[in-house]
Amino acid sequence: MSPNPSKPRTLYDKIWDAHLVDEQPDGTCLLYIDRHLVHEVTSPQAFEGLRMTGRKVRAPEKTIAVPDHNVPTTEGRDKRIDNEESRIQVEALDKNAKDFGINYYPVSDIRQGIVHIVGPEQGWTLPGMTVVCGDSHTATHGAFGALAHGIGTSEVEHVLATQTLIQKKSKNMKVEITGSLRPGVTAKDITLSVIGATGTAGGTGYVIEYCGQAIRELSMEGRMTVCNMAIEGGARAGLIAPDEKTFAYVQGRPHAPKGAQWEAALNWWKTLFTDEGAHFDKVVTIRGEDIAPVVTWGTSPEDVLPITDVVPDPSQFTGGKVEAAKRSIEYMGLQPGQRLQDITIDTVFIGSCTNGRIEDLRAAAAILKGKKIKDGLRAMVVPGSGLVRAQAEEEGLAQIFIDAGFEWRLAGCSMCLAMNPDQLAPGERCVSTSNRNFEGRQGRGGRTHLASPAMAAAAALTGHLTDVRELMAQEPELA
Amino acid sequence: MDKFTHLSGIAAPMPLVNIDTDMIIPKQFLKTIKRSGLGVNLFDEMRYNQDGTEIADFVLNRPAYRAATILVAGDNFGCGSSREHAPWALADFGIRCVISTSFADIFFNNCFKNGILPIVLPEAERDLCMKDAEKGANARIEVDLEAQTITLSDGQVIRFEIDPFRKHCLLNGLDDIGLTMEKAGAIAAFESQLSQARPWV
Repeated sequence: MSPNPSKPRTLYDKIWDAHLVDEQPDGTCLLYIDRHLVHEVTSPQAFEGLRMTGRKVRAPEKTIAVPDHNVPTTEGRDKRIDNEESRIQVEALDKNAKDFGINYYPVSDIRQGIVHIVGPEQGWTLPGMTVVCGDSHTATHGAFGALAHGIGTSEVEHVLATQTLIQKKSKNMKVEITGSLRPGVTAKDITLSVIGATGTAGGTGYVIEYCGQAIRELSMEGRMTVCNMAIEGGARAGLIAPDEKTFAYVQGRPHAPKGAQWEAALNWWKTLFTDEGAHFDKVVTIRGEDIAPVVTWGTSPEDVLPITDVVPDPSQFTGGKVEAAKRSIEYMGLQPGQRLQDITIDTVFIGSCTNGRIEDLRAAAAILKGKKIKDGLRAMVVPGSGLVRAQAEEEGLAQIFIDAGFEWRLAGCSMCLAMNPDQLAPGERCVSTSNRNFEGRQGRGGRTHLASPAMAAAAALTGHLTDVRELMAQEPELA
Repeated sequence: MDKFTHLSGIAAPMPLVNIDTDMIIPKQFLKTIKRSGLGVNLFDEMRYNQDGTEIADFVLNRPAYRAATILVAGDNFGCGSSREHAPWALADFGIRCVISTSFADIFFNNCFKNGILPIVLPEAERDLCMKDAEKGANARIEVDLEAQTITLSDGQVIRFEIDPFRKHCLLNGLDDIGLTMEKAGAIAAFESQLSQARPWV
């Protein structure tokens, strides 16, 4: 089915149309998948399924695997992983990658890291592609103007076997961030503020295109942070139209096209934008100037407030959210009306596919430089990949973190989901640059406040939730 | 995949909104390389104390609901992680149908791959189901996929909508991969066109 060329299309429409293999009268489509990313936790059963049915991986050259979710982030892990179940999963991925002939970055490889950081870093993720992975934060790759989303293990098996997915098209949603961000406000504050405004189901049934001046002004790292959390807003995927920043980021990466192919790719990529007059089913507009550094107070990513605010009273909500807010506040050990900045913390975690890239580490290090974290606090930095780690060491950031009192770890998902030994104890309170503050997410009974890397660094210095702008005011050169 | 045609069973009420997949099956149970055996850890941290004893007032621990096969849930059920371990755990426990006003996208898809029927209803009708579920073990709810109806314990019938393709697959227990494999020719044709149009892919 060829699209009507005269009808203005959104970026999502264009990528969708370019990957349509088959469409049934009821709208059920078969969509071609350009890149399939695989990790150790959601793939073993899929490979097992292939073995049981005697099926092969249809396009091993388009399939990329890396262990990230439950690898330890301490030295020696390439020799031995102590937790037996984790070790079995990582060994299963080693074996599956070898048996099925797919691209693989083992734990011992410096390019190993969080799958959503490795994909873009190695140039696997390119504009206009369809990218899937058995992980909800696949939305990250939307920053390149790629249609990228998470899938379940049955769908992982489906993509391995057929390089396609059975899909129905989502609706189009536009999230425009106008104007510029104020000092101290980052991509993380944008994405959390959008979820705060629309709710965790606000994007359900939609693919979001983020646009507007504040989005255009973000680096590729910042755009990845924004798209990463599209899933927390309920959306199938988040997208940002590619531009010169995108092309500059991609060019020269190991798996990016070269020579004549680069030129051909660039020509197509430059057509990947939403046409004037294209229809969006839902539009949300937020002024960049209105976004403040934010933190979460509850156990849903929609529980977002500016750092200057107070813990809400559950009675100010409606419907099922009243009970949910009561439960959250009790779980978090807070009091309605309590100033967010008075909340003291035990732990700071900087890392994850949301905020484990070089720019995130630079932002945190800028706040920490020459200072020490609060006595008694546990603080760790887990770079998103071995290459991010190496670059941070080269730039002197690692030393700033170490001198401040942070642990400097090896790459992985780590405390974002606490499948490895990096976990919170019951009641322990953490400021985390990750993406989910669900009950028990970072360890049973653990309490998570989501924030930007700069805000996490500020909290590490003071020992409580802190407005990073106050620390920046003391050092005008940071602004 | 198991077929889903007709279900008559006890419905357990879980009115909490935004029940996420970390709640449904916490991460420590994702280290398995199998699909089975997760039912015992369904809702683990809501269901058990740290010493492994049951939390008596958690709905699935209450005598009336221990054999529940249907969940009636608050808005936005299944949000968060893509883990298919969530529907695996539900199915292994015996839950074959979840009724809510909305589901997170990936969880919703995952249900259909595992013979679980997620039913989306308007709030007022979901609330009727919730009230019925709160009556306990004697209030059995019937779900008929072919007719697209829910029959409450008092005989009231609620109609629900479902995508026809998904309905067909559930009713017949069809394997998606097998269906797609039948389109291998179209996939090959697409790939050949792709290698011309976008050779860098």
